[in-house]
Amino acid sequence: MKEELQAIESEALAAVEEAEDSQALQEMKVKYLGKKGSLTTVLRGMGKLSKEERPVIGELANNVRASITEALEAKTEKLEREALDKKLETETIDVTLPGNPVHVGGRHLLTSIMEEIEDLFIGMGYEVKEGPEVETDYYNFEKLNLPKNHPARDMQDTFFITNELLLRTQTSPVQARTMEAYQGNRPIKMICPGKVYRRDTDDATHSHQFRQIEGLVVDKNITLSDLKGTLDVFAKKMFGKDRKIRLRPSFFPFTEPSVEMDVSCKVCNGEGCSVCKQTGWIEILGGGMVHPRVLEMSGYDSTIYSGFAFGMGQERIAMLKYGVNDIRHFYTNDVRFLSQYHQA
Amino acid sequence: MLVSYNWLRNYVNLDNVTPEELAEKITRSGIEVEGIEYLAPKSENIVVGYVKSCEKHPDADKLNLCQVDVGEESLQIICGAPNVGAGQKVAVAKPGAKLPNGMKIKKVKLRGVESNGMICSLQELGLDEKYIPADVAEGIFVFPEDAEVGEPVQELLNLDDAILDLDVLANRPDALSMLGVAYEVAAILDQPIELPDENLTVDESIEAKDYIDVKIDSIENNPYYGAFIIRDVEIKPAPLWMRNYLMASGIRPINNVVDITNFVLLEYGQPLHAFDYDQFGSKQVVIRQGKENETMVTLDDQERQLNENNLVITNGKEPVALAGVMGGADSEVTDGTTNLLLEAAYFDSASVRHTVKQTGLRSESSTRFEKGVDPNRVKRAGIRACSLLQKYANGKVAGSVVEVDALDKSEKSVTVTTAKINQRLGMGLDEKDVTSVLSRLQFEFSKNGEEIIVQVPTRRLDISIFEDILEEVIRIYGYDHLPYTIPQGWVQAGGLTDIQLLQREIKNYLSSAGLMETLTYSLTNEKDATRFLTPDIEEKPAYPVGLAMPMSEEHSHLRLSLIPEMLRVLQHNVARTQTDLAYYEIGKVFVSREEKVVNQPIENLHVAGALTGLWHNHPWQQEKKPVDFYVAKGIVEGLFAHLELDVTFVQTKMEDMHPGRCAVIKLNGKGIGYVGQVHPLTAKDFDVKETYVFEIDLESVFAVHQLAPSFTDIPRYPSVTRDIAFILDNDVPAGDVQAVIMEIGVPLVKEVSIFDVYQGEHMEEGKKSVAYRLLYQDPSRTLKDDEVDASYQEIIEKVNNQFGSYVRS
Repeated sequence: MKEELQAIESEALAAVEEAEDSQALQEMKVKYLGKKGSLTTVLRGMGKLSKEERPVIGELANNVRASITEALEAKTEKLEREALDKKLETETIDVTLPGNPVHVGGRHLLTSIMEEIEDLFIGMGYEVKEGPEVETDYYNFEKLNLPKNHPARDMQDTFFITNELLLRTQTSPVQARTMEAYQGNRPIKMICPGKVYRRDTDDATHSHQFRQIEGLVVDKNITLSDLKGTLDVFAKKMFGKDRKIRLRPSFFPFTEPSVEMDVSCKVCNGEGCSVCKQTGWIEILGGGMVHPRVLEMSGYDSTIYSGFAFGMGQERIAMLKYGVNDIRHFYTNDVRFLSQYHQA
Repeated sequence: MLVSYNWLRNYVNLDNVTPEELAEKITRSGIEVEGIEYLAPKSENIVVGYVKSCEKHPDADKLNLCQVDVGEESLQIICGAPNVGAGQKVAVAKPGAKLPNGMKIKKVKLRGVESNGMICSLQELGLDEKYIPADVAEGIFVFPEDAEVGEPVQELLNLDDAILDLDVLANRPDALSMLGVAYEVAAILDQPIELPDENLTVDESIEAKDYIDVKIDSIENNPYYGAFIIRDVEIKPAPLWMRNYLMASGIRPINNVVDITNFVLLEYGQPLHAFDYDQFGSKQVVIRQGKENETMVTLDDQERQLNENNLVITNGKEPVALAGVMGGADSEVTDGTTNLLLEAAYFDSASVRHTVKQTGLRSESSTRFEKGVDPNRVKRAGIRACSLLQKYANGKVAGSVVEVDALDKSEKSVTVTTAKINQRLGMGLDEKDVTSVLSRLQFEFSKNGEEIIVQVPTRRLDISIFEDILEEVIRIYGYDHLPYTIPQGWVQAGGLTDIQLLQREIKNYLSSAGLMETLTYSLTNEKDATRFLTPDIEEKPAYPVGLAMPMSEEHSHLRLSLIPEMLRVLQHNVARTQTDLAYYEIGKVFVSREEKVVNQPIENLHVAGALTGLWHNHPWQQEKKPVDFYVAKGIVEGLFAHLELDVTFVQTKMEDMHPGRCAVIKLNGKGIGYVGQVHPLTAKDFDVKETYVFEIDLESVFAVHQLAPSFTDIPRYPSVTRDIAFILDNDVPAGDVQAVIMEIGVPLVKEVSIFDVYQGEHMEEGKKSVAYRLLYQDPSRTLKDDEVDASYQEIIEKVNNQFGSYVRS
């Protein structure tokens, strides 16, 4: 019997090796291991064996079965893998063809700039205040130390709606409204971004509508040095940590003293070039210490409280930061312009 | 204000400061110098020459052959100028000289005769044509006789001057005068100042009051008027140096009298006016308000209509000048003038501003009165002019001035302490740092303990309070010395409000959805201002807000919708072959409840979108998906899903929108916006193709939105789905059925979606099949088949009852 079992094993292994498809393997499984298969047939003769022979032959038979089963499984796996490889080969595509384009939207460059400035000041503990774009003469001018007939009103050509209503020429009325709302009895740290309007003919550097962002801090013992330090933080964040600032005296009716802030030119590093008109400096924004009359008009006692304020045009910041050469680009909304700056 | 560096040297020592350095220092101290202009580049080879002889060129009628003594040598020069003649002193460019226009002078032969240089006109020497006086505009320039032969012309003609262009802001009218700038520069450089000569030898035999009387009817607008009488003036050109300074300051010289009044105006910042006394028309100056229907002809030969708001100078009968603005034509100084009435007056700035605004006339005089002049310099300027008229017009100045004087000339005093200055600056200055600045500014002061009491000179109209002195101290001491600090003490948590955060979130969503943000103008034209209004948003009427005086029709009214300007953006891009566009914008619209606007309008924040062209385009795969209604609606649905708000869409009709493809968006039953296709005719109007838009009132969203969503546990038990296809009448909105299914299915039905819509073949006429998928779920247990079946049957029954539908088998 032993010889018979060994003969079955070697015949089966050889046949499995020869098999070419899974159907042939299935047939072999039946032929050798099935109920009527050759191995089973041989094992039926076990009863005629002696007690001593039986366990020996039994173990051999099990080994033979395991060996054939293993060979069948291995061969099945091999054939399946071969079939899969063949199929995948036929699925080959041209990977150099373009992929499906993804629609990318994004924020307007001015929104990105505005949010960047907002976040910078929020980080320093400022709240963000907003106000109406159609303002009263009172909040846009009078509350800011610009009484009717004041010569400095000519500095800003205004779109009037009625004698008392106008399109705000600056975001400063939001400061006046906030001071009034706080009734002179608590400190203030705020910025106010928003649209403003002036009677300017639209050209490369002027726009009848533009955006400002202003800041106001009121507390006991606010100093001009506090303004300088704050603006320095701003300038370094917006224009680079190597930038320097300088203050120059200026005039605004709502601040005294008033200053302009220049930032050292990024292009020439302060050496002088065409961008900074050979001065090494670029004018960025205006500011100053809040005029005592402005504080008093909104209920702040100017002998106890002092404050600083500053304001800038967002377009100017964006133009300087990104080298945009025409303010009209912001309002024409040419997709080829907008898509240069999506930072959604 | 154009400031001549050479002129300024008459008052302050500038030996150790170049024009560039000076400009930088002035800018850093408070008045921005916008530019420096040099009249002409330096040239040693242009000198004064004496024309010894002048004969006709032998071969050319229009050329002259001149022998010119230029000091060390004599040059033969051919000159074509008609006004050249023997005995003249002229500007000679010698061979080797280079003229400002780039021309190089060489020895040449003209028609066979040698010419060794060129006799020059002022234009050729580099002076701006528009400032060159009429009497020397044609031909070569002839020097006065005292010019020294061989001397370089640069200095004589002030061509070596540097002109500083000062941007003087409204607070510093004192810097609209050479003296004011001199005080400023003296303070900056810590130098003394030399004041002009006001010495005057009067002719005691002439009594001004015999010639003129002054009467002011409007003393509040004209608190000072001084009338000087100068007899027997000789009208001729002003001295060369004065003409040079005027030209450098951008004023064209006319004659000695006019030039002297202009010179003093620039020097003192005090406008003066010289009348021809003999043409004045009376012996009395009466200053009063104008009358209705009164007219006068000003110097520019324009007839001016006057009213009671105009202050006028009259001769007692009729106006002879618009006070502080412009003189009249009748009493103008001419070549025939011999006697002068010189006016030195103080006119109120508001009054002058009114006349300027009304007439549109703005002059060197009116600019200074509008901004304010120094009350203590009015009369002195008159005296200075008289002194110059005596010297350069041989005038005899009357022994006294006739004046009416109610002018407050007192100085203000402001008290400061060093401690208070330091407290506001955040610095540690010594008292002497403060007082030294005051001394440099020539402000007098006294001390009382810690207090410094500053006497503010009347030339500095901008200084009246502590903060003004503070500014003087720090601007002269130097802003660079300020330390960098951050406000100490009070702290608040900075941040955005919920509404501001929500706006950023909406921008995040729309940007992620593939839309690009635009920024358009709030001002649009009148017609577009009232287009694209959301239906039934509110029952009250909405009027647009118009500007009183728009700059153009395109930007005359504030918008009630963002869409028209966005369509214009689409049009701009489409015209530039950018055809596939998806835009959004967040901005305010302005709603007035009054037809005639009196009160501030309501400002509502809107979000809007505009889409056209292809939404997807995968060209080589032949997959193109144009934008359609459902693309636009999907963006809106996604937005509200993102905001966790339930909205419904109801078919609607709207002007400017496709009658069959427009839905009003409802939140809690109230219309808050719309989505749909722009009417093809409107699209044509805006020159765009098939376009879909949406617009939502964000104020309505802010009113109900909760920023922080609460936590819902993720379901642990399996869900069950069931599908039903209903055969519905065509006009039954699929969404209505969906809503009813949801309503009936509550609480087990969690979602109802539509997965198939069919119309056409094998379908009864006028019917459609809509297939719904229902998702059943209970968060606390596994559902049993029979309870789902029961709900399913109930839904079928009730839908069929309500909509007359049946289930497709």
